[in-house]
Amino acid sequence: MIYLDNAATTQTGERVLNAMIPFFRESYGNASAVYSLARSSKKAVFDARKKCAELIGAYPNEIFFTSGGTESDNWALMGAYDSYVINHSPDGKNIKGHMITTAIEHHAVLRTAEHLAGRGVDVTYVKPDGDGFIDPEDVVRNIRPDTFLVSVMTANNEIGTIQHVSEISERVHALRKDVLVHTDAVQAYGQTDIRMLTGKVDLLSASSHKLCGPKGTGLLYIRDGIKISPFIRGGMQESGRRAGTENVPGIVGFGEASAIASETMEDKINTEVKLRDLFIEKLSAIPDILINGFYAPKDHMKRLPGNISVCIKGIEAESALIMLDRAGICASGGSACATGAMEPSHVLKAIGRADDEAKGSLRFTLSDRNTEEEIITAAGVMAEITDKLRNGKKHL
Amino acid sequence: MNKTVVVGMSGGVDSSVCAYLLKEQGYNVIGVTMQIWRPENACDISYNGGCCGLSAVDDARRVAETIDIPYYVMDFRSEFQKYVIDHFSSQYVKGLTPNPCIECNRHVKWEALLQKARDIGADYLATGHYARISKFDNGRYSISASKTAAKDQTYALYALTQDQLAHTLLPIGEYEKTDVRRIAEEAGLPVAHKKDSQEICFVPDGDYASFIEKEDGVNVPGPGDFVTPSGEFIARHKGITHYTIGQRRGLGVPAGERIYVTDINPESGRVTLGSNEDLMTSAVTADDLRWMGLEGISSGEKIRVKAKIRYNHPGETGFLESAGDGLARVVFDKPVRAAAPGQALVFYDESGTYILGGGTIIKQAKE
Repeated sequence: MIYLDNAATTQTGERVLNAMIPFFRESYGNASAVYSLARSSKKAVFDARKKCAELIGAYPNEIFFTSGGTESDNWALMGAYDSYVINHSPDGKNIKGHMITTAIEHHAVLRTAEHLAGRGVDVTYVKPDGDGFIDPEDVVRNIRPDTFLVSVMTANNEIGTIQHVSEISERVHALRKDVLVHTDAVQAYGQTDIRMLTGKVDLLSASSHKLCGPKGTGLLYIRDGIKISPFIRGGMQESGRRAGTENVPGIVGFGEASAIASETMEDKINTEVKLRDLFIEKLSAIPDILINGFYAPKDHMKRLPGNISVCIKGIEAESALIMLDRAGICASGGSACATGAMEPSHVLKAIGRADDEAKGSLRFTLSDRNTEEEIITAAGVMAEITDKLRNGKKHL
Repeated sequence: MNKTVVVGMSGGVDSSVCAYLLKEQGYNVIGVTMQIWRPENACDISYNGGCCGLSAVDDARRVAETIDIPYYVMDFRSEFQKYVIDHFSSQYVKGLTPNPCIECNRHVKWEALLQKARDIGADYLATGHYARISKFDNGRYSISASKTAAKDQTYALYALTQDQLAHTLLPIGEYEKTDVRRIAEEAGLPVAHKKDSQEICFVPDGDYASFIEKEDGVNVPGPGDFVTPSGEFIARHKGITHYTIGQRRGLGVPAGERIYVTDINPESGRVTLGSNEDLMTSAVTADDLRWMGLEGISSGEKIRVKAKIRYNHPGETGFLESAGDGLARVVFDKPVRAAAPGQALVFYDESGTYILGGGTIIKQAKE
């Protein structure tokens, strides 16, 4: 099997798994309890918080563990809204508010924004350019007196483009200190250096399973001094801001994965960039193939190192993915829907791809455990599949 | 090398057993559920036990896991909308009574799904229909009745082409429903006791008129007049989409004797109410002909057939003859009741076993 869907999830690392195991059967205590069994759990959560904080250049007290990236995004938006309402209209009446986000966010942000729109919030969706970049100017010029939140993702999950979030954050705050800036960094955390963001953005979401950590764990970075309402209530965990018994093994695994990412980031990026450039070079031999989003060989500042997103004209991704699966290659198309069928991607539409181009969109996301051999094989299989699908159309 | 077959899996017991049987027969089986439903309605359809909603996908996936076959969901929403739902609405608005299962089989399952099956390298498409495929001495393929007369599903398959039939497997046609449930149980399939789906899958409550009203871009005709067969005004009605030929209930017209919808005129908006007698007809004409066991019919030729005028119709014998350009007519031995324009007229051999061909019933002047 050749696994090329690391943006969907990753294989849990061995070192990560080993770090987690003691917290299932030996140190299983509830971190909030008083007895000594609980102490090792408490310490493990503390250590993990430090490791996550170090990876992004934050303070440990700015890290709040959640159940994953989706919860973190939901919390950031809902929490920012609740706080805005409470501060501006304690009875919740006659207050609507405005938020700015982008047309290419993950559904965890988009659906929550739609939910807020249902509560009366006016939502502005900034569109990207053809390369997939959000112009910071487009964000800033949409700020209004009632704007309470800006949410722009760090790197896109489909096309890998890395946004100018740090500039956006500086410019928003230069204009209005009270507007919260959130970034969904789920795809960027552990894949690229995002230390320049912390201290600038107010809120940042990340997830553990995208960097060889376990599933079901994530974090919301909340900049020191920023207050947003809790999203999950019912306990004093996470300094009273996120209730629920800590997922100690998950948090430990997340911490360990973050520590590994800190140690190995440079090598990992170099390996992935080389593999990605090789893959794109090989795929470019397929006629009528378009690369989605900005791409320049060797670059890893404007596009995630492991992301390859292409539109292959004249084929349907749905069939191609099944044929790839049958050849033992795991890849993905546009966003998958609940049933597992394909939806035309909102991201590809936003960067100007026509519907029939978007239908043939495939995403390959690499890790540093992939090999050159795998890349060459996969590109060869992709070329064969493209041929088959294009020829199949002709004689029917 | 073993042949590869894509099985259209609805999550029901028939298509599940179909996949199981083909796997047992040594085929490389790939399970596919067609996503045909728009997401906002996915929940309705699951609750109503229809096929192809979210719970159907879960069921089909569990079956695929149980029998250890690869399983995928494919998106056919645009094809289903275009060929089935839009067609359904446009026919109703014209006062016709469409059969969406026929359109779905013809365009969605045996065109779009078969195409995708071939794309991914399959040799055949298989479904859980109660029907069989036979090859005649003249080299033509035909759909023939399943082993069990009680579950005959041949009617809605009459429009399949020879090429489609050559690439189709229908293993369930060899079994009785009770056998199918028993096989499912013995194989440990989690859907062995699932109840059969009913009604038209995208209108689970059977309220076609409200469904059509909610469709975008459909100009739903407003209220009109109920009239007698001689054209006298009886009362106002809710609009022609609320009625179908042969309907007795829900007319809202008090009458001494039993009255039925006997005619729908989309131009005038008039719905004629008449007696049971008025519903009887001895000849039915069809257009848009599809030929299966027969290659066609020449003018002057008369062929003994049994013909069905709707799903579940037991069939009536008569003569099939050409009725001019692209039309065929069946003159029945005994009159048939409530032949509705828009439904299919399917001709079988005289024993009712093999499909010879079929077409869409057209409106005709009373003789």
